[in-house]
Amino acid sequence: MFGILRTLWLTFLHLGHRRVTVGYPETRPALPPRYRGRIILSRDPDGLERCVACNLCAVACPVDCISLQKAEQDGRWYPEYFRINFSRCIFCGFCEEACPTYAIQLTPDFEMSEYVRPNLVYEKEDLLISGTGKYPDYSFYRVSGVDIPGKAKGDAEREQPPVDLHSLLP
Amino acid sequence: MTPPPLVVIAGTLAVLLGLATMLTWAERRLLGLWQDRYGPNRVGPGGLFQAVADGIKILFKQDWIPPFADRPVFVLAPAIGMMTVLLAFGVIPVTALWSIAGDLNVGLLFVFATMGLGVYSVVLAGWASNSKYALLGGMRAAAQMISYEVFMGLSTMGVVMTAGSFSLRDIVQAQAGLWFVIPQCLGCAVFLLAGIAETHRLPFDLPEGENELGAGFHTEYSGMKFGMFFLSEYAGIVLVSALVTTLYLGGWQGPVLPPALWFAAKTGALVCLFILLRAALPRPRYDQLMALGWKVLLPLSLLNIVATGAVLLLRAPG
Repeated sequence: MFGILRTLWLTFLHLGHRRVTVGYPETRPALPPRYRGRIILSRDPDGLERCVACNLCAVACPVDCISLQKAEQDGRWYPEYFRINFSRCIFCGFCEEACPTYAIQLTPDFEMSEYVRPNLVYEKEDLLISGTGKYPDYSFYRVSGVDIPGKAKGDAEREQPPVDLHSLLP
Repeated sequence: MTPPPLVVIAGTLAVLLGLATMLTWAERRLLGLWQDRYGPNRVGPGGLFQAVADGIKILFKQDWIPPFADRPVFVLAPAIGMMTVLLAFGVIPVTALWSIAGDLNVGLLFVFATMGLGVYSVVLAGWASNSKYALLGGMRAAAQMISYEVFMGLSTMGVVMTAGSFSLRDIVQAQAGLWFVIPQCLGCAVFLLAGIAETHRLPFDLPEGENELGAGFHTEYSGMKFGMFFLSEYAGIVLVSALVTTLYLGGWQGPVLPPALWFAAKTGALVCLFILLRAALPRPRYDQLMALGWKVLLPLSLLNIVATGAVLLLRAPG
């Protein structure tokens, strides 16, 4: 009996408490930089695509929402098409973890509602941004030993020149 | 001067139905307030037009009657619910002059008669729906409302004995010196609890009990028929609040403010109490509900009658 009256009184006191609701469209939520929202493809500091079409993101994706095809030009690999079906995507971030070149990144943006379902399928031009995203200085080709025009084997950062195998003969 | 009867009827109906509609919004806002959230606040200023939007939505819904239902009874049940509540309002004196039926000398008995008929709405709805959840809800409603009606009547007998009349106007006028809530506090508490059970509101909403019965007696109802149940429930809240105001809180009496305003303020506060109860309390088990009724509240109301009678006899002249 006393407990019931106490409950009533305590509930009544909530009249003066602050409300916990965030009135969303008017008040924007403060999202942390690592929030897992809309997926983007970033570029390296030279403005070239970071994605090397290795397919690791597509393999890591638990819902199989990433589809891409490799193409090659002057020794550089790039995706011929890169498609993310956001009606399937669960924003788990596994693709970002799997990516060896920091190309695919999740951003703090979640406002992607569409009236038509096919509009949720994003093509490469929808995904690609002009900036570098979360890693401003990283460039895969600058640190890897891949041979591309303008950079031979051994020219990469922290890479030693290739060893002449013939010099190793006994 | 008494206002013309048609004005009284139209005014009471308009205010009552408007109030029942707006209560759907007010309850959600108040619940939100007590649960540290907002509730409906989008439609109109402060969400004020939410009730209108809900009304439009519910009117445009398909008016569907399940093929297995007993059609005439199924349609009749919500109408009975609304009708009985509105009928009971006929004798409530808002002020000394503002009452549809005037000064009916058996006013209180009439209210209990119509509220007793209100049970039919729920029982018939449960029966006509021809589905097990609705039937279970209907049976619960029947048992709950009939057993709580017993001491709902008995708890007011103290008031009737003190005032010496069944007329609600006389009862209010008898409270000119002291509101009956002081000498009849036991009766008031029992009557309030019985009133909550009678309107099957939380925490006594076992006929609906959505976690065990779907939606209880109105499981099969949709569209405006469901809306009718909803509105009659809210009108029932207003009715019980108005009754408590009339019987125990001195009705329209009060200093400075006009009488109608006093009546409205007291009734409004009680309606808020109803909503607070909903915000705070969990639903008891069904056997607990019945045990509370028969083993606690009924003896309490009998005790109240005996005590009141003894005091009246001791004070009686000669």
